[in-house]
Amino acid sequence: MLQYAWLVLVFPLAGVLINAFFGYRLGRRACGALATVAVALSFLWGVGILAGLLNLPAEAREVHLALWDWIVAADLHVGLSLLVDPLSVVMLLVVTGVGALIHLYSNGYMREDPDYARFFTYLNLFIVGMLLLVLADNFLLLYLGWEAVGLCSYLLIGFWYQKKSAADAGKKAFIVNRVGDFGFALGIMLIFATFGTLGFREVFERAPVTLQAGGAVATAITLLLFTGAIGKSAQIPLYVWLPDAMEGPTPVSALIHAATMVTAGVYMVARTHVLFALAPVSSAVVAAIGTLTAIYAATIALVQTDIKRVLAYSTISQLGYMFLAVGVGAYAAGIFHLTTHAFFKALLFLGAGSVIHALGGEQDMRRMGGLFSKLRVTGITFVVAWLAISGIPPLSGFFSKDEILAAAYHSGNVPLWLIGLITAGLTAFYMSRAVFLTFFGDSRVSHEAAHHLHESPPTMTVPLAVLAVLAAIAGLGASAFNGFLEPVFEGAHAAEAGGLPEAALIALSVLAAVVGIALAWLMYQRRAIAPERIGARVPSLHRLLYNAYYVDYGYQRLVVRPLHALAQWLARSFDLGVIDGIVNGVPALVSGMSRRLRGWQSGYVRRYALSLVFGVVIVTTVALVMVRTI
Amino acid sequence: MSVPVYGYVALSGLLFLIGAIGVLVRRNVLVILMCVELMLNAANLALLAFGSAHQSLDGQVTVLMVMAVAAAEVAVGLALIVTLFRHQGATDVDEVSLLKG
Repeated sequence: MLQYAWLVLVFPLAGVLINAFFGYRLGRRACGALATVAVALSFLWGVGILAGLLNLPAEAREVHLALWDWIVAADLHVGLSLLVDPLSVVMLLVVTGVGALIHLYSNGYMREDPDYARFFTYLNLFIVGMLLLVLADNFLLLYLGWEAVGLCSYLLIGFWYQKKSAADAGKKAFIVNRVGDFGFALGIMLIFATFGTLGFREVFERAPVTLQAGGAVATAITLLLFTGAIGKSAQIPLYVWLPDAMEGPTPVSALIHAATMVTAGVYMVARTHVLFALAPVSSAVVAAIGTLTAIYAATIALVQTDIKRVLAYSTISQLGYMFLAVGVGAYAAGIFHLTTHAFFKALLFLGAGSVIHALGGEQDMRRMGGLFSKLRVTGITFVVAWLAISGIPPLSGFFSKDEILAAAYHSGNVPLWLIGLITAGLTAFYMSRAVFLTFFGDSRVSHEAAHHLHESPPTMTVPLAVLAVLAAIAGLGASAFNGFLEPVFEGAHAAEAGGLPEAALIALSVLAAVVGIALAWLMYQRRAIAPERIGARVPSLHRLLYNAYYVDYGYQRLVVRPLHALAQWLARSFDLGVIDGIVNGVPALVSGMSRRLRGWQSGYVRRYALSLVFGVVIVTTVALVMVRTI
Repeated sequence: MSVPVYGYVALSGLLFLIGAIGVLVRRNVLVILMCVELMLNAANLALLAFGSAHQSLDGQVTVLMVMAVAAAEVAVGLALIVTLFRHQGATDVDEVSLLKG
């Protein structure tokens, strides 16, 4: 069973090829069904792999599959090889499971789009890339998958490329990711320069010997790798692409920009935990950036009015949590939060998509309200996801978030824990705000939209229901989950308990969630405190948050415009003057010189013969003179 | 009584000069070819003269060799001339100036 693990890649790849070449000929239904079935088969195969892995004893659950050589050049040997261990299987199941549900959902959501075959081709291609990323057994193959999902992200953000904002958002995502990927590539090169190999097993085995713990090389490698994670997982300062990525179709936002691709950075840090263990400085940086991003994005989400943007900033914030976890060495907790987040955030996005679909494209929460009774399934599942992300027990988010906060607290870094706790309160607040504005209170829906208001078709509501169940109960498997991942992260134990007892920590995080929800309820449901009045009292703060701290504006000013000016100058002065000057100057010089030589070529035989004779006379004379002198 | 060696050499030089001038001034390909032959034979004469003066066979051997090469050269040269004539209906070398720069 396990040696056929590569089949999980084959199903979606077949889907890509068939849909790319025959998608439109198959027709809308067959095309979507094929793409969905391909991913579902991958998921089933993944379950088989999980079963195969569980049959092995815990310490033997690490299977390396060398399929064939990919690159062989001098010292560089890179195989197309897969690594099947608990970590990659968890990722595999999340990607294909959530992926299959979102594919199913897309069948309904993209029902009227004329470009359905292109959509499903990209979506399947994304699954292939993501699986390659999580199953790779060496850094280069991981990088291949990393770039493949980046490409799919670009293609799908700009899916409606006729819209300029969508095309621009796609470009922005791609270019911002380039910055991070550059660091990642440097990190991989440094690994090769240090270890002479790129295979995970070899690098991790040699790392404790080759690298000096806390040394410069270990820190440099891990910081460079983390640079890649910053780009892909939208952390400060490279998070700016993710809110704009909401220009893509909503299933794409759910799959790529919430559940799977953006968590690749967390996965990568967890995968290379052996290296991070040797670089405490890097781990501290990871935790600090994660925590900072978590609270930073949460404050922005407080005032956004576009429902998808709220969710986008929420995703950035939750990714910050995951980095906080892996930064303090709680890798299993980070991956667990990754998993539960995939469930409830995908659910939130799909629910938002269902609302947008029902309202005919409306995304502004100020023109929603009172939808709970109209959209029953969407409403109920959205409420489940809301309670899950807010951290209300016994839903999944409570367990995973609490685990992270406890790990942060026990790591001895109380400020990080405190910020995390405040962020939990903020999260509960902004999500409650979104729920109250969207589903409860008075309807502010426009007449036209209210007329068309309808619950989504079953292809969309079934995934919602399944994800809602998962988001609700996934937390109960916390200890089994951690036990399963245990062998992967052995030796990376978080510090033991101390200080406040466990129960107090739990009570505090629940309290934060309850306070957040209660405050939002008072402000947006009871209207006891008018949010407008608070906004009016500190207008500059409101503007600052609404415009996301003007970071985009700053980047535009400090990075984009100077580069643009430089490019303009290069195009106008340097390219036209110097480059074209050289290109045109060389032939001009040659033809000018040859024009003078051309007279020699008269074409008359006797002219040539005459020069021959002269030549002979000269050579002979010289020879004779020389003979004489010797 | 025998002719001294410088007599042969002088004759040879004269023949060579006539040939060279012919190559330079004539325009008819056929005549130019003949002039080339004249130059070859002038050289042959010089070789024979020096050979007999030094009582060596090398000169005669070289002359035989030159004659063989000249025969081959004439065959090729005549074939070229025939082709040239067919191609442009003249044997004037100044007509053939396609390589003019």
